[in-house]
Amino acid sequence: MKRWLPVIVFFVLVGFFAKGLFLNPREVPSPFIGKPAPAFTLPLVGNEAQTFSPADMKGKVWILNVWAPWCVSCRQEHPVLMALAQSGAVPIVGLNWKDKDREAAQLLAQHGSPYVAVPDDLSGKVGIDYGVTGTPESYVIDKEGIVRMKHIGPIDPDVWKNKIEPKLKELGA
Amino acid sequence: MIPELGHFALIVALLLALTQSILPLVGARRGNLTLMSVARPAAQGQFVFVALAFACLAWSFLTNDFTVENVARNSFSQLPEVYRFTATWGSHEGSMLMWVMILGFWTTAVSVFSRHLPDDMVARVIGIMGLISVGFLAFLLTTSNPFERLVPAPMDGRDMNPLLQDWGMIIHPPMLYMGYVGFAVAFAFAIAALLSGKLDAAWARWSRPWTTVAWAFLTLGIVLGAWWAYRELGWGGWWFWDPTENASFMPWLAGTALIHSLAVTEKRGAFKAWTVLLALIAFSLSLLGTFLVRSGVLSSVHAFATDPARGSFILGFLAVVIGGSLILYAWRAPRMITGGAFTWFSREALLLANNVILLAAMGSVLLGTLYPLFMDAMGMGKISVGPPYFNAVFVPVMAPVLFLVGVGPLARWKEASLPDLFARLKWALAVAVVTGLLLPFTLDGFNPWATLGFALAAWILLTVLVGFRERMQHGTRLTQLPRAFWGMQLAHLGLAWGIAGITVVANYQLERNVRMNVGDYTELAGYTFTFQGATEYNGPNYRAAKGTVEVTRDGRKIATLHPEKRIYNASGMPMTEAAIHPSFFRDLYVALGEPLDDQARTWAVRVFYKPFIDWLWIGALFLVVGGFLAASDRRYRIALKKLAIPAGAASQGA
Amino acid sequence: MRHLIFAILLTLGMPALAGEAAPNAEDPVIEQRMIKLSENLRCLVCQNESLAGSHAELAEDLRREIRAQMKAGKSDREVLDYLTARYGDYVLYQPPFKPVTYLLWLGPLLFLLIGGGVWYAALKKRRALKETPLDEKQLAAAEQLLNDK
Repeated sequence: MKRWLPVIVFFVLVGFFAKGLFLNPREVPSPFIGKPAPAFTLPLVGNEAQTFSPADMKGKVWILNVWAPWCVSCRQEHPVLMALAQSGAVPIVGLNWKDKDREAAQLLAQHGSPYVAVPDDLSGKVGIDYGVTGTPESYVIDKEGIVRMKHIGPIDPDVWKNKIEPKLKELGA
Repeated sequence: MIPELGHFALIVALLLALTQSILPLVGARRGNLTLMSVARPAAQGQFVFVALAFACLAWSFLTNDFTVENVARNSFSQLPEVYRFTATWGSHEGSMLMWVMILGFWTTAVSVFSRHLPDDMVARVIGIMGLISVGFLAFLLTTSNPFERLVPAPMDGRDMNPLLQDWGMIIHPPMLYMGYVGFAVAFAFAIAALLSGKLDAAWARWSRPWTTVAWAFLTLGIVLGAWWAYRELGWGGWWFWDPTENASFMPWLAGTALIHSLAVTEKRGAFKAWTVLLALIAFSLSLLGTFLVRSGVLSSVHAFATDPARGSFILGFLAVVIGGSLILYAWRAPRMITGGAFTWFSREALLLANNVILLAAMGSVLLGTLYPLFMDAMGMGKISVGPPYFNAVFVPVMAPVLFLVGVGPLARWKEASLPDLFARLKWALAVAVVTGLLLPFTLDGFNPWATLGFALAAWILLTVLVGFRERMQHGTRLTQLPRAFWGMQLAHLGLAWGIAGITVVANYQLERNVRMNVGDYTELAGYTFTFQGATEYNGPNYRAAKGTVEVTRDGRKIATLHPEKRIYNASGMPMTEAAIHPSFFRDLYVALGEPLDDQARTWAVRVFYKPFIDWLWIGALFLVVGGFLAASDRRYRIALKKLAIPAGAASQGA
Repeated sequence: MRHLIFAILLTLGMPALAGEAAPNAEDPVIEQRMIKLSENLRCLVCQNESLAGSHAELAEDLRREIRAQMKAGKSDREVLDYLTARYGDYVLYQPPFKPVTYLLWLGPLLFLLIGGGVWYAALKKRRALKETPLDEKQLAAAEQLLNDK
């Protein structure tokens, strides 16, 4: 009867709120999941004569890691990526995003590079094409060049184990 | 030492709040006068200790005690003293403490101004308010202790957000909380009525002034927030339908329905169940607002630092308080005797329509605010619901209410005829429609939104005048009219004034965005703005570039404005301080953008002409004054004198 | 001839004079369009600000991109599609009207209709009510109240 309506509506709301406490309202979901990774051709950091393009990675499962030298969380992520690169689990391409002060080459020389290639996105246009809103963000791309997963934020051992590694196995890395 | 004292005071307050709630509520159940009489002193004691805790926190801020984490996070040694004080409520913990203090204030006020009420009612009302205090004090002490120490203490604080370093910070939050929290009184009265099973016109008479005063404060708080946003945020916008703004607007909408519903219950004994439900809803929305802003569930410029642990506590608290009250309502509501009969266009019927539409408007705002959460929680993707949705939806829903504002006060109680109403109002209707249609043509041409706004504003104004004329028909003088009537008329007039202002500024404001070198000028709406360059200076906690803009009209000097661009020392945050030249019919608003050359001689300057924007603030002020006036009507003040209404007789009746 | 000399003199004298300020935007018409469009778009890195007003770097990049697209002749619809293809519907402050948002857009109307129904039902009930007459005891109590001042 209608006097019970307010309580019922309220508890339905409570259910949503409880769920909502564990979501992040500002995380922008990617519309690229299941779609081809946008094409681009960019010069490499430290070697402008050579270029990189996602087509270069066809036939392999790979990770596109969007980072920047000025990004603090990327520094936190760096050791994890180094370990991954050393284990040879999956090739990682590091998109150097909006590096105005041109610090990428020196940084990678100093701390080591986990990347098989470092395309240089100075203007941020490729970032826009991928829907990047901040760093670090990582895309898992399959053998046909389709984006299968996007992770926002640094990759830490938990994220690797619970989210990314299973996905890679699924895609036949 | 002082922070520990404050912490201790909060613990004592919690104990007093427990005493304040448990004993009187049990006493009311059993008719035990001794237990019931614990209510007043316990409430007053609790307030004293919370106020003491608040004072301790304020002291820590004023003396720059950076060993207190809250101070280190939100203050700065160079922060001007007044803002060091307001920083007390600038954080989640501090503002929560203020919330509890204001609740204590309202409870104390109830304890003082309730001598004419039956003992069991007082005990229940204070007891319920005590339970709410218990919840929030527990919340403070367990998850949000404002007195946490930081070891080792930093040399200096991280500074207050520059947006908060403004006048508005001094008055907006306190007034807003006086409103929000004030609805707890109506809530407590409603619960008391449900618990005792007694709900009558006398109950409405007792709770009405409390509710009207809380509503007036809430109106004031919301308007101050809008005024602050106008001066400090964006480009002179004053309402963004941000989730936090909505969180304060929804209780306002419900509160408006509530005060009108109380009018019916008081005068005619009708709508009892409605009024009780509205009282529960209004305060529930206040609590919901508290949850939304502090839990991280929604994204907002206003959100405090978020934490799922805190969010869970508040949600649990919400479930108990709101859920419990709504269950009590569902269980006890049928026992309330329904009031007398009334016909289609009687005042009761129109007020019912008014309330139904206000709730529909509130529901729409709630829907829009929560929809992104609904979709995300159900894995259906993420969307944003912003101003385009709210503006498109809110205006059409509210328009009928604004029309009813004109008819309701003139309709008779119990029985009114439509032909009679039409006869009395036909001229007002005609003039309003014609005004609405013609006015836009004299300005800019056909504009349906402007037509709607002007017509409604004119309609309300004219019907207010008709109301005065009819009341004074038999020789009554203006000064003899009761305050309740004056309050209503002023409030409705304020509404008309505000709508007129909003209609004009939303449809007819002008702007220019130009690059200006020294001596350059630009023209807007007949005014000439000449840029005289910018000079640098050091403020107390910021570095600033201060521009000088001369404003003239037809060669006559109007004003010299000084817009500023500031960089705050501690945070490095840039802020634009717009320069405003207000006047009754228009504001001139000038803001500095970026320097366009290296020597900072050429600047990007934005100039706005905002017609009638001040009518918004004036209209709102009338709303607030009207509310306070109505609450101070003779019949409530007489009740305060020790007129002991025989308890038995008072609770019988229609 | 006189006019030519006058014009030449004016042009030579121009740089020394302060004059009417030029619009800040390169193309004021495009700028107006861009601002109107971006007022209804979300700044993706801010808490809750529009793309038009935000000072964030990404916001500036996106505004620049929108200007470029508009200059290239794209319509408003095409620009919106460009952005939603990359950022999803989340970037739009005006939610699209699709099955998943039907309830959102039609909700308010629904509330009004339900409210109207409630009003109508309540009034029908009220009209049918008869006033309950007071009984002896209540009448006596009322007498007493009226007599006590």
